[in-house]
Amino acid sequence: MDRIPAHEIHRTLRIQILRHNPYDPGSMPKLQSFELEEADTMTLFIALNEIRQTQDPSLQFDFVCRAGICGSCGMIINGRPALACRTLTRNLPDIIILAPLPAFELIGDLSVNTGKWMRGMSERLETWVHAQHLEQVNIDSMEHAMEPALAEQIYELERCIECGCCVAACGTAQMHEDFVGAVGLNQIARFRLDPRDERTDADYYELVGDESGVFGCMTLLGCEDMCPKDLPLAAQIAFLRRRMAVAGL
Amino acid sequence: MQIIYTDVLVIGGGLAGQRAAISVKRRGHDTIILSLVPAKRSHSAAAQGGMQASLGNCVGAAGDDEDCHFADTVRGSDWGADQQVVRMFAHTAPKAIRELAAWGVPWNRVQRGAHEITVDGHKKTVSEAAAAHGLITARNFGGTGKWRACYVSDGTGHAMLYTLSNQAIAANIPVHERMEALALIHDGQRCCGAIVRNLMSGEILAYVAKATCIATGGFGRIYRVSTNAIINEGMGAAIALETGIACLGNMEAIQFHPTGIVPAGILVTEACRGDGGLLLDSAHRRFMSDYEPDKKELASRDVVARRMEEHIAAGYGVHSRFGAHLWLDIRLLGSSHIEHNLREVKEICRYFLGIDPLQDLIPVRPAQHYSMGGVRTDHRGQSPQLQGLFAAGESACWDIHGFNRLGGNSVAETVVAGMIVGDSMADFCDSADGALHISTTLAEMFASREQQRLAAITACRGGESAFELTRLMQDTMTEKVGIFRHGERLQQAVATLQELQRRACKLSLRSNAPGANPELVAAYRLPRMLKLALCVACGALQRTESRGAHYRADYPRRDDREWLRRTLATWADPQAELPVLTYEALDIMRMELPPGWRGYGAHDYIDHPDTSRRQQEIDTILADMGTADRHLRQAALMPFMHLMPEHLRGRNQRLGEE
Repeated sequence: MDRIPAHEIHRTLRIQILRHNPYDPGSMPKLQSFELEEADTMTLFIALNEIRQTQDPSLQFDFVCRAGICGSCGMIINGRPALACRTLTRNLPDIIILAPLPAFELIGDLSVNTGKWMRGMSERLETWVHAQHLEQVNIDSMEHAMEPALAEQIYELERCIECGCCVAACGTAQMHEDFVGAVGLNQIARFRLDPRDERTDADYYELVGDESGVFGCMTLLGCEDMCPKDLPLAAQIAFLRRRMAVAGL
Repeated sequence: MQIIYTDVLVIGGGLAGQRAAISVKRRGHDTIILSLVPAKRSHSAAAQGGMQASLGNCVGAAGDDEDCHFADTVRGSDWGADQQVVRMFAHTAPKAIRELAAWGVPWNRVQRGAHEITVDGHKKTVSEAAAAHGLITARNFGGTGKWRACYVSDGTGHAMLYTLSNQAIAANIPVHERMEALALIHDGQRCCGAIVRNLMSGEILAYVAKATCIATGGFGRIYRVSTNAIINEGMGAAIALETGIACLGNMEAIQFHPTGIVPAGILVTEACRGDGGLLLDSAHRRFMSDYEPDKKELASRDVVARRMEEHIAAGYGVHSRFGAHLWLDIRLLGSSHIEHNLREVKEICRYFLGIDPLQDLIPVRPAQHYSMGGVRTDHRGQSPQLQGLFAAGESACWDIHGFNRLGGNSVAETVVAGMIVGDSMADFCDSADGALHISTTLAEMFASREQQRLAAITACRGGESAFELTRLMQDTMTEKVGIFRHGERLQQAVATLQELQRRACKLSLRSNAPGANPELVAAYRLPRMLKLALCVACGALQRTESRGAHYRADYPRRDDREWLRRTLATWADPQAELPVLTYEALDIMRMELPPGWRGYGAHDYIDHPDTSRRQQEIDTILADMGTADRHLRQAALMPFMHLMPEHLRGRNQRLGEE
């Protein structure tokens, strides 16, 4: 390659956004249409900011890293949950329909409160290393050794960015608001794999051994299909379900 | 107005803020973290390549210790750093990483036996010791003598932030998300909390605290082309400046990272080069070896970024519709290496450029990356001017980076500072000074001032657009206060920024939407960002030398005689158009490592008369010590252990040591 890939012909995009401001008593949910000239390597991050700056300054959305790593900008893009910041408009049709992620509290327009949901999930599933005397760990002496391959396996599951796409894509989560989602079950799988966490399957069973946990999953696989980090969610849930079934006997 | 009381208010939910809060909580004090965004989305998560800590486990790190880390960091800073604080930092970094290892960070580990590495464009086989198997490994980074950047693939910051956030949740530390501090509450001597705006409802509330910690990261978004997250607008530093009492240090010291992708400006990690990747020009020719025969692609960031721009200016850049750029080549690292150790880089290339770095070259050009300057503090993180105000991490200047930060030293700094400053705030709360004698009238007064500022914007009709003026500010900074600086252009920048400041007095909104109102947010942040931009531009204009990342084309030499000084900026009069700059001298006679050549970059600098005196003194002290060990020799030159919290004074064990 000797040049940066770009499109020669620019289209006029029609971007339709599902809008609602819960802080405005007069606001009713509606689909609002914006027209925008496409530019080279335009992402939805660039497009939405341009709409806000030049057409409607009240438009709400969330971006932080704009590099696909922080998980702030999950939204429904033409029917599929995805990260808006790394979605290039050139990969989308002329008409783009954007809506906030379902299953999360709406802050306004495309902005939803994933932070509150994820904190609740973390508190409920206790997504941290449980070990005796963690506060007294001697940090002057050598760290404990860990198998290099195991460290990489843990990182594979740790790559989750809590964007909420898996929850938005999940049939169970739409029906049962207390379902912990693939994001939660993946966390359990991650800590279960980690030898530093002293919890046993019996402990994990207490956390996810019911309908709101691993037995609520209907194996529709929307989570894995929509995960922007390509995490092996279906396999983790299937494996966890087997372990929890054994632990529950 | 709701008033929330706590012992320690931490503003910022990234690595530094969360680690500080954990320390405070462990010491039995109550704490609340305020965060613009959910804490796990903080910009700390974007750190890719590694955290420097001198563990010395892998072959490339053999012989590493605090002394090497200290010397690399001071040279990297171009002697702008506070050497005692660098010592504290280098001593604490191994402890910080071992604590994180116990808490759950899946650091990459040493694999015993032979493995292939890429050095200087060639494959080489090295063999790791059996005794090191399973210990934390490290990779090579720029400006370092050893492989010291410990890593988790290229998602190091993400893994660290998730582990720390989860520990903070375990410690039951509340994070008040989507909250923005608008002003610090103070009585002229003592800081006692902040006036805060809820970024969902728009509501104003007050947080009253014994100690307040700014941990809000950098202010890269005053530039147009930046690797920073869009929330890095420097509001923490700005509200400290707006007290008129606390000062900001070395604001002109701005780092440009060599490898921002073109055109998005998104970072691809220094680990690309650390692991053996090369920089190529339009003829696909490697050029860094011409400029820097020793360190090549792995000189410090300021030097590599400057050489790249020089090479582009000499006509060797690639011309694209997005302007000139160069290439980063990581194809030679091979698919297994990229898929295991550079997976975020691969994703970024795929999604933002539509290319595969296994097959294709990556278009790169230097982009604003890091703010070495920030809220000036002492070695324990407290503002020397405003009691009860603390700062940690990128938003602070305590100051370990001087005029250039080494890659991997930022995430290391966040956790180290969190440990030390957190402890220091707990000490403060325990002391008589920590007692709070504030009347709620003071909080009400500050709240009403902020409300009036917002009301003035809302009431204004037919005024200027904050979005438009922000863009003009960012263009000015990128074009005139960038990598190559010049007196005349800096003067133009100051004039433009002042003009923008005048225009920003008459901002008006097109929308009065209830709730947070994103347009109002842009409008109230702009005047504060302009103040920071003016601190940077004025600092750069005044500093008539070149040091680290601050390069003056009209004053190309480092001038230790005149400029071995830290810039301090204050903004006492809110109506003033410019910051007041004063200078604090760095005392060579107290340095462990007197100024010299960095080992890369320019050989040419103006010596300070104290340099040779101090060097002679050091030579005499060391000669008298005979065979004393490295710890004693260090302590004889520049004692620092007395500055450390007691529980962090232990020696760091390494492989083969007791």
